[in-house]
Amino acid sequence: MNKRRFSVWKGDSQEGKLHDYSIEVDKGMVVLDVIHKIQKLHDSDLAARWNCKAGKCGSCSVEINGKPKLGCMTRLNEYEEDEVIIIHPIKTFPIIKDLVTDVSWNYEQNKKIAPFKPRERDADGNHRFMQRDVDRIQEFRKCIECYLCQNVCHVLRDHDKKNKFVGPRFMLRLASLEMHPLDTEDRIEDIKNEYGAGMCNITRCCTDVCPEHIQITDNAIIPLKERVVDQYYDPFIKLYNKIFKRNK
Amino acid sequence: MLDVKEIQTIEHDVVVVGAGGAGIRAAIECAKQGMNTGMISKSLLGKAHTVMAEGGMAAALGNVDSRDNWKIHFRDTMRGGKFLNQWRMAELHAKQAPDRVRELEDMGAVFDRTEDGLISQRNFGGHRYPRLAHVGDRTGLEMIRTLQDFCIHQGIATHMECIALDILKNNGKVSGLVAYWRETGRFIIFKAKAIIFATGGAGRAWSVTSNSWEYTGDGLAMAYRAGAELMDLEFTQFHPTGMIWPPSVKGILVTEGVRGEGGVLLNNKNERFMFNYIPKKFASETADTIEEADRWLGGDKEARRPPELLTRDVVAKAIMNEVKEGRGSKNGGAYLDIASRQSAEYIKKKLPSMYHQFKELAEIDITKEPMEVGPTLHYFMGGIKVDHETQSTNVPGLYACGECAAGLHGANRLGGNSLSDLLVFGKLSGNYASKYCQENQLEPNNEQEVENIIRKATNILNKEEGKNPFLIHEDLQKIMNNHVGIVREEKELFEGIEKIKALKVDIRQVKAHSASQYNPGWNAAIDLSNIIIASEAVAKSALIREESRGGHTRLDFPDETEKGLEYNVIVKKGTDGVMETRKEMRSTPPEHLSKIAFSSLKELEGNNE
Repeated sequence: MNKRRFSVWKGDSQEGKLHDYSIEVDKGMVVLDVIHKIQKLHDSDLAARWNCKAGKCGSCSVEINGKPKLGCMTRLNEYEEDEVIIIHPIKTFPIIKDLVTDVSWNYEQNKKIAPFKPRERDADGNHRFMQRDVDRIQEFRKCIECYLCQNVCHVLRDHDKKNKFVGPRFMLRLASLEMHPLDTEDRIEDIKNEYGAGMCNITRCCTDVCPEHIQITDNAIIPLKERVVDQYYDPFIKLYNKIFKRNK
Repeated sequence: MLDVKEIQTIEHDVVVVGAGGAGIRAAIECAKQGMNTGMISKSLLGKAHTVMAEGGMAAALGNVDSRDNWKIHFRDTMRGGKFLNQWRMAELHAKQAPDRVRELEDMGAVFDRTEDGLISQRNFGGHRYPRLAHVGDRTGLEMIRTLQDFCIHQGIATHMECIALDILKNNGKVSGLVAYWRETGRFIIFKAKAIIFATGGAGRAWSVTSNSWEYTGDGLAMAYRAGAELMDLEFTQFHPTGMIWPPSVKGILVTEGVRGEGGVLLNNKNERFMFNYIPKKFASETADTIEEADRWLGGDKEARRPPELLTRDVVAKAIMNEVKEGRGSKNGGAYLDIASRQSAEYIKKKLPSMYHQFKELAEIDITKEPMEVGPTLHYFMGGIKVDHETQSTNVPGLYACGECAAGLHGANRLGGNSLSDLLVFGKLSGNYASKYCQENQLEPNNEQEVENIIRKATNILNKEEGKNPFLIHEDLQKIMNNHVGIVREEKELFEGIEKIKALKVDIRQVKAHSASQYNPGWNAAIDLSNIIIASEAVAKSALIREESRGGHTRLDFPDETEKGLEYNVIVKKGTDGVMETRKEMRSTPPEHLSKIAFSSLKELEGNNE
């Protein structure tokens, strides 16, 4: 075992600073192991979230040397041996304590989305659809809700337009509903007006940080933008809507 | 002075404790029955341990092999549980699981499909036919997200990062619950007519485990303190395939789906050793040559199943034995090889998170080289004793479902039966708890009881000096690994129980530093008072079952005995406060069920009445 240097942000919603630690590390260790070691040996009250420790629950999101990552999937050997590893809470959401942030805003967004509304089952009680028809949404449903995409989205992070855009996580959820072969709900109007599809300017930062490697921008957000365009800006459909849907 | 009236109080008809698959399903049912429903969870919603379930959800839909039906699922479950399962629960489970799967699909779950567009089903250990509805190897995530996205529209009050301390009772009946908010460290009192525990097991008592920090036996301990009976706790499932290298990931689960998809276990001589460990009882239904096992993988319906798909208890012990006899893998386990069995493309499609997990955590490409695996504590078959029909405990108003309840799995759980358990018994407990609420009045909470519970928690902070909760937890994990591990014996268990007793003294001296706001040290110290009870109960139950059966193996009593089938081990808090264990005689199995359990497959196939 050899020692490595770490710097961890500690504080609350008012103030805080980086604290330095020198920690003995072992083969294969990840950043979350270091956080646990600090809790055990130095600061038992260091606040941090974690659950599965296998990249499946999305609880331990932090910023490591400036990059948003899961603590449990970030091995120490990704960094140079003499490099100080700096661990910050994710920036976009209010700090509760140390590495724990208040992500409740995300839960509120999810509640706003019109729920899944399935079509009737076939006469024999089954639903039928083909695997190729759901390959695409199964990719979206790999999302572990780590909110790293929400954390890096400029609209939320730099411009704090949380009242205008639900963020990449929920664009992904909307795409998984809109492209679900059994779903009968129409959310396109809300995607344009309520959820702010137009706010995304396709910089793909969300896709870059996704620990599940989901193609959020290309496979989810852009197709949703296209559906909005088809419905609202296609001149023929616009004309059709004007004539036939006026009294609806 | 502590003024109980000043403490935040919320009233519900039902409070569900735990928000994994069972808890959310129970809450959904309560809300559907018109109950004012609250659900509290240690973590954020959607993070519960259910996300770690990988392989799938067992239900005899018969989509892939039409010979399957509930009777064969029931028979498999009983045989896997070494016939110690509660017969009626295994019947309800096998009968209702298909509807619960279809219902989940109606809530939005997107299962993998067959070529006809139906829900696909995969093979798994102990299941005669391909039976597990699945989504790649992330079925648990699909389940929890589906339930989560559905439940937020059902009018359920979800209280996240809210941790239960103890149940309140009045006139012997449930009257509420005291909990605290992790975020602020403040206390909260719930008033409720009924409480449903869906709190999982206590896997964190072992150092090598697939379980997360939440798994500290809170429900078991709270139920015990409230006078409920616990049952079958000697049956702890060691999953045969956990990661073993590097050290920091030791214990993380490797899905049985790897073997279901054709993966084989090899020793350091490159032998498929499982052929040497086929129990007599399963010999007639298991392939005895590599040639036959490979025909089965190729889809030959006449071929018998490969021995890698024997039940988890058998496979875990086989790996242990290979290691003991010097044929273990480099780091003390076995090799699990899928690379030479399936194409890289197929592996990435069917086992994406395993691919990902090994690539990132162990720098191993499972499409090119074998994994190294070994047993890891995974699941509690035992738990709170419940009524077979209603999921009620012996404390009026208290219900339990999911892993924290005992009965369905007997001495050993089949893979895939957990996710279906969560939904079947989550729903039933919600249903019967709601009925109870309609027939009972809300009881006032006892303020003195509230004060005692809160004082116990705050005392941990208000000390000049004390012991480190994390180090005490590690001591406990060592005791359980060394004395109450996969293979147990009387002397070891005695010593273990003595060490647990000594550790209780340490736990009373535990101290947490700083304030109660989001303080993991304080949280861990509180959890210790629960996990120590669960640990003691497991050790004492293991001591009095003098035989080996399923997830309980005794070196000094290596065989299954006929007597062992006649009783369940019950744990209860004695009137003097000391833990009591006793053997409770089981009733005779219902004739129609025992007939099914001992029928041949031919008699049951295609007969689904």
